[in-house]
Amino acid sequence: MRWIRRNLVVIAGLLTLAYMILPNLVVMAFSFNRPKGRFNYSWQEFSLDAWKDPCGVADMCESLSLSLQLAAWATLGAVVLGTMIAFALVRYRFRARGAINSLIFLPMAMPEVVMAASLLTLFLNMGIELGFWTVLIAHIMFCLSFVVTAVKARVMSMDPRLEEAARDLYAGPTQTFLRVTLPIAAPGIAAGALLAFALSFDDFIITNFNAGSTVTFPMFVWGSAQRGTPVQINVIGTAMFVLAVLVVVAGQMITNRRKKTATA
Amino acid sequence: MTDKTAHTGKNTGGGDVRLTGISKSYGSFTAVHPLDLTVPQGSFFALLGASGCGKTTTLRMIAGLEDPTTGTVFLGDKDVTDLPPYKRPVNTVFQSYALFPHMDISENIAFGLRRRGIKSVKKQVDDMLELVQLGDKARHKPHQLSGGQQQRVAVARALINHPQVLLLDEPLGALDLKLRRQMQLELKRIQTEVGITFVHVTHDQEEAMTMADQVAVMNGGRVEQLGAPADLYENPQTTFVANFLGTSNLIEAEVVETGADVIVTAGGGKLRVPGDRCTSAVRQGGKVLVGVRPEKISLTHADDAGSIADGRNRVTGRIADSSFIGVSTQYVVNSPAGAELQVYEQNIERDTRLVPGAEVVLHWNPAHTFGLDAAQDIDAGVETVEDAG
Amino acid sequence: MSTSTLTKEDAAPVEEPVLRKPSARKRLVPYWLLLPGIIWLVVFFALPMIYQASTSVQTGSLEKGFEVTWHFQTYWDAFQEYWPQFIRSLLYAGTATLLCLLLGYPLAYLIAFKAGRWRNLLLVLVIAPFFTSFLIRTLAWKTILADDSVVVEALNALHFLDVTSWLGWTEGDRVLATPMAVVCGLTYNFLPFMILPLYTSLERIDGRLHEAAQDLYASPATTFRKVTFPLSMPGVVSGTLLTFIPASGDYVNAELLGSTDTKMVGNVIQSQFLRVLDYPTAAALSFILMAIVLGMVTVYIRRAGTEDLV
Repeated sequence: MRWIRRNLVVIAGLLTLAYMILPNLVVMAFSFNRPKGRFNYSWQEFSLDAWKDPCGVADMCESLSLSLQLAAWATLGAVVLGTMIAFALVRYRFRARGAINSLIFLPMAMPEVVMAASLLTLFLNMGIELGFWTVLIAHIMFCLSFVVTAVKARVMSMDPRLEEAARDLYAGPTQTFLRVTLPIAAPGIAAGALLAFALSFDDFIITNFNAGSTVTFPMFVWGSAQRGTPVQINVIGTAMFVLAVLVVVAGQMITNRRKKTATA
Repeated sequence: MTDKTAHTGKNTGGGDVRLTGISKSYGSFTAVHPLDLTVPQGSFFALLGASGCGKTTTLRMIAGLEDPTTGTVFLGDKDVTDLPPYKRPVNTVFQSYALFPHMDISENIAFGLRRRGIKSVKKQVDDMLELVQLGDKARHKPHQLSGGQQQRVAVARALINHPQVLLLDEPLGALDLKLRRQMQLELKRIQTEVGITFVHVTHDQEEAMTMADQVAVMNGGRVEQLGAPADLYENPQTTFVANFLGTSNLIEAEVVETGADVIVTAGGGKLRVPGDRCTSAVRQGGKVLVGVRPEKISLTHADDAGSIADGRNRVTGRIADSSFIGVSTQYVVNSPAGAELQVYEQNIERDTRLVPGAEVVLHWNPAHTFGLDAAQDIDAGVETVEDAG
Repeated sequence: MSTSTLTKEDAAPVEEPVLRKPSARKRLVPYWLLLPGIIWLVVFFALPMIYQASTSVQTGSLEKGFEVTWHFQTYWDAFQEYWPQFIRSLLYAGTATLLCLLLGYPLAYLIAFKAGRWRNLLLVLVIAPFFTSFLIRTLAWKTILADDSVVVEALNALHFLDVTSWLGWTEGDRVLATPMAVVCGLTYNFLPFMILPLYTSLERIDGRLHEAAQDLYASPATTFRKVTFPLSMPGVVSGTLLTFIPASGDYVNAELLGSTDTKMVGNVIQSQFLRVLDYPTAAALSFILMAIVLGMVTVYIRRAGTEDLV
C-alpha cells in the first residue's frame, strides 16, 4: 500500500500513457484482421492480406498522395510567411503591433468549425470553385499562426549580437542571414514546419468544408466510416506510426553519437 | 608617459579614430551627449564608466552597429559614418563573445576572411590559434570551451582581419577575478605585439588603469575626464572621477584665504590646498570640496601629536573601525571635518594603540590635496555594494 | 603625456548638428516582412468572418438567392432550436478539458521530474500517436468500446456502468453511442494538447525549488500546492485553452462515437452548411459559438492572469 502511495504519480502517469497508446495498438492489431462485413471493428482472424496489398482499395492511395502533397505545399507556404512574421515581431518595432498579435492569436483561439464555415462563406460568395487550391489556402491560413509561435520562441532566445558579430566580420545582410541567422533559427523553423505538416496532413474539419469533391486522406477515412472501413486504413495508420517512431529514434541516436564524438 | 604613436613608427595621426560631435538619442532619452574624442593610432584606449553611461553606445557607433543621431566618425581621414559595419576596417570583441554556436572554433575564426573572399585561410587561422594558444581546440564547438578560451577565440576571430581598430566591449566581464587578471596581461601583450589600436570598454577602473594608455571616464552620456591613468588618479577634475577611480576622502570646506596656497577651514581646523590643484575658481567665503587619497594620509596617535612635522595638513578624529588586509591596514576615522574618512596605512611598524576608539591625528603633505567644485554631488561615482570587482 | 592629441570639448558643438534619420528603406523592412502573411490572414481569416456576419443576417433560399435583410431573428431562432446542442458542446468540452487536466498532469509531472533517462522515450510515446490520422484512432475507440469488448465487460462486472447509467452518462450496459463515449473520445483526442504545454512549463521549474520548499518545512503535498502547481499555471492555462477551444467545436467524436442524442453544435453547423444548405442559420450558429468561446476564453485569461500565451 505504501509503495502505491509513494509511486502514485508514476502509476497515474503510466495509466494515462496507456490510455493514449491503446488506440494505436488496436489500429495495429486490426491491420492484421480479416473482417467479415464491410466494417473492421471486431476481430475475426489473422491475415496479411491488407499488408500485401496496401493500395488495394479504390481511391485510398490517391487520397493519401493528395494529402501528402497538400501538407508539403501548406508547410512551405506557412513556414515562409510565418518565419517572416516571426522575425518582424521579434526584431523590429512597428505600428499596430497589438492588432497584428491578435490577428495571429485568434485563429488558434477559434473553434475550427467556425473558421471552416466562414471560409466556405467567403468562397461561395466569391464564386470560387472548391478544390485543391481552396484547401491549400485554408491549410496555410491555420498553420501560419502555429509556425509564427514556434519560430518566434526560437528567434526570441537568439542573441542579436551573433548577427552583429557577423556584420562586424564583413558579412553583408544576405550573408548574415544565410550563414548565421538561418542556421541558428533552423530548429525553430523545423519545429514549426513539422507542426504545420502534421496539422495539415491530419486536418479534417476545415478540409471537409472547403474541399468540394476533392478527397484527402482524412476525408477518405471519414467517408469509409460511413460506407465501410477497409483494413488498408489501419495498414497506413500503423505504417505512419512505426515510421515516425523509427525516424525519431534514429534522430535521437544520431545526436547522441554526435555528442559523444564531440566530447571525446 | 611616452608617446604611444612612436610605437608603431608612425608620427602622424593618419590612423586615428576621431569622433566629432557624435551623439545618440533614443526618443527623448539621450544615451550619448555630443562628444569629441580622438583615439591615437596604436594606443590602448579605455572607455570607463558605470553601466548605462553611454560607453558601449559610443563603441557601437565606432563599429557601425549603431547609427549616431548627430556627428561624424573618422577613421584616419576617412568619414565612415555612413558605412555599414561590414564595410568598416573595424572589428569587435563582443560582451559574452557572440561566438557562432553552429560553427567550430576554426570556422569562427575564419569567418571574416571568408566573407572577404579569401580562399586559403588555413595558415592564417592556424597562426591565430597559435597566438591565442588554442591550437588543439580548432574542431571544438564554442560551448565546449571554458569562458577564458571563448574569450580568446573572440579576440582571434576579430584580430585575424587585421582591423585598423579593435573594439572590445567588456571583454572580461564574464570571467572570474583570477582569470580576468591573467587575460588583462594577455590582451596587453597581444596589443603590443600587433600594434593595432584597441578601444576597450569597461566598468572596472582597475582594469582600465592596468591596461590602457589613455582612459576616458564617462558618466551620464558625457566624458567626465580624459587622460593617462596616473593623471586621472592624481588629478581628478570631478567628484565622480575622484570617487569612481579608487577612493577619495572629500571634505566640504570654506575658503578663508586665496593665493598660491588656498587656506580653508573644515570642522574647526585649517587645511592648505595648492591653488593650481583647485578645479574651479575659489573666492573667499566660498565653498570647496577638499580631497585627499587614503594612502597619502599618515595616522598618528593623539599622544604623539607633537612629533608631527610643521606645515602638514592635520585633522583630528577617532578611529571608528579598522581592518587588517595584509599589505596594509584600512582605518575608518570620524572627525569634525568629515565622517568616515578612509586611511590606508602600510604595515611597516604597526602602532598597537591604533584601535577603534583611539584618538588620532590624520596628517598629510598639503601638495597631495586637491580642490573640487563644491556644487557637485559629493557621493557621485561612489562604489555601491553590488560591484566590488 | 599625450593628452595633447586628445580633445574633449564640452557639449558645445560648433556647427549645427546634422540629425541622421534611419533611412526609409530600413524603416519599412518590418512592414515588408509582415505584409504577405498578414494579407493572407486578413483575406482568409478576418474577411470570411465579415462575410459570415453578413450571411447570418440574410434571408432567402438557395434557388432565389440570399440577400442582406438584417434579419437578426435568425440568431434567436437558431438559438431556440439548438440550445441543447450548445449546452452539450460546452458540457462535453468542459468535462473533457477537466479530464485531460486530471489525466495529463500526472503524466507531464512524471516526464518532467521522475522519468530520468526514460524522458525522451516517454515524450516520443506522447507525440507518436499524432502520426496516425486522428480519425483512424477515433475509429479504434469503436472497437475498444464495443458492447462485447473487454473494457465494457470489465466495467460491467465492476458495476461501474450501473453508476454511469444512473447518472445518464451511459445507457444500460452500452458505452458506445452514449455521452460517455463522446467525452472519452474528446479527452483522448486532445490529451496531447494538454500534456505538452504542461510538460513545457513543469520542465522549466528548477528542481532545487522543491528541495528549498521541503527544507522550509513543506510536506510533499504542500510543496505541490504552494510551489509546483502555481509555477505550472502558464501550462495549465494554455493546455486547458488548447483543449477546450477545439473540443467545443468538434463534431467528429460526436458523429463517430455518439448517437443522435449526443449531437454537438459542430454537428449542427456542419449539417446546416453542407447538407441542409441553410447558410444563414449555419452562419448564425457559428457566430454564437464563436462569441461564447471567445467570451469564455477572455474571462478565463483575465482570471488566470496570463497575458503572454502566444
